[in-house]
Amino acid sequence: MENKELRKELKVSAIENGTVIDHIPAQSLFQVIKILNLDKSNDQILFGTNLDSQKFGKKGIIKVSNKYFKSDEINKIALVAPTATLIVIKDYKVSEKKQVEIPVEVQKIVKCFNPNCITNSEAIPTKFEVLKNEDVLKLRCHYCEKTTSKENMVFL
Amino acid sequence: MKNRSLISINDFTKEEQIRILDIAAGFEKNPIQKILESNVVATLFFEPSTRTRLSFESAASRLGAKVIGFSSSASSSVSKGESLKDTILTVSNYSDVIVMRHPKDGSARYASEVSPVPVINAGDGANQHPTQTLLDMYSIKKTQGTLDNLHIAFVGDLKYGRTVHSLTMALTQFNTTFHLVSPEELKLPSYVKRHIKEKQLNYYQYTDLLEVIPNVDIIYMTRIQRERFSDPMEYEKVKNIYNLENSMLEGSKENMRILHPLPRINEISTDVDNNPKAYYFQQALNGVYVRQALLATILGAI
Repeated sequence: MENKELRKELKVSAIENGTVIDHIPAQSLFQVIKILNLDKSNDQILFGTNLDSQKFGKKGIIKVSNKYFKSDEINKIALVAPTATLIVIKDYKVSEKKQVEIPVEVQKIVKCFNPNCITNSEAIPTKFEVLKNEDVLKLRCHYCEKTTSKENMVFL
Repeated sequence: MKNRSLISINDFTKEEQIRILDIAAGFEKNPIQKILESNVVATLFFEPSTRTRLSFESAASRLGAKVIGFSSSASSSVSKGESLKDTILTVSNYSDVIVMRHPKDGSARYASEVSPVPVINAGDGANQHPTQTLLDMYSIKKTQGTLDNLHIAFVGDLKYGRTVHSLTMALTQFNTTFHLVSPEELKLPSYVKRHIKEKQLNYYQYTDLLEVIPNVDIIYMTRIQRERFSDPMEYEKVKNIYNLENSMLEGSKENMRILHPLPRINEISTDVDNNPKAYYFQQALNGVYVRQALLATILGAI
């Protein structure tokens, strides 16, 4: 068991200090990278996707050297990767491990799906209340009060 | 409620809504009270709405306030490309309260966030129109003596009609039983029905208007709105589906009254107008008292 875990981890090399985001649904990896603005980062980043996972079949993983995320920053990814685990690495060792939590409010990262919403015609930062009803996640626009479902989320 | 904006009916608690209705009743008894003589009310109508604008301006005039504003985007700086934010910030320098109607959903909430003076939403796109809801509540209370435990029928376009959605939400505070009459394709949206269920209230759905007439205290008729249909064929199919005629009212309850947010097209025949159960024109008048109550309360004169 121990060996198998180790072999799997090695597909994406270990980092000395930084953050590992594990158990990302394979199809959401690039969205997570975008939401966290890692595509514009100067930190060393390793990532892999479609890796075998005992829990989820296929998963994605991201390792960012020398970067530690604030929880409201990381919780944004819960919209597309609710299963993600955040692992803080210090000196090659796990110093902290936690699940991402779905935030109660989401600001600026998602576009309102309602074409007639004022946020789609004036430069207004979007703002949504997160509605969670029997595992179905929806965003309710603070302005137009319409809901945007997960399939219709477009990230800004 | 002084200096508070009213964007969505839920911005006011049940107690605050009732307080507005009580104050409105005072204005019905005594409509001319010059208590806002030192105030300026701005009415910004980015899309035309004769009824709502005139009703607000009438309410402001009866209270002695000065009214400034515009009645269409064409006659404002919007036609020069000015943003909503800039228009609101500018007009707030000239007025103590802003009454606005705008074609975009959410525009009123946004305006209330940038405006230093309170904003009253007179309709933002297909979203909210809280002063209509309050005047509907006032009309129901006035004709029935109470808002509690009533049987209320909504007829027509229950899918797109925002007045129906807001009034339904508001009435769930009063143990209402809902009778929903609409063609299959224009049923009340599921989120509104879910809200009724959450309050442990009952609703019944019908396609036949005749079925509900003998059993209800209020018939709230609505217009099937052509502008909501992307397919003109779909509109043709349903446009004449409900037509309330005077002869159909036989057997209705003595206390029953017919409401309609107006404008009416053909869903209520003109032969109903002289029936004492027709209440839609008085309903429009009640809008003036309710808007007087809101202006006076928000400007702190009461």
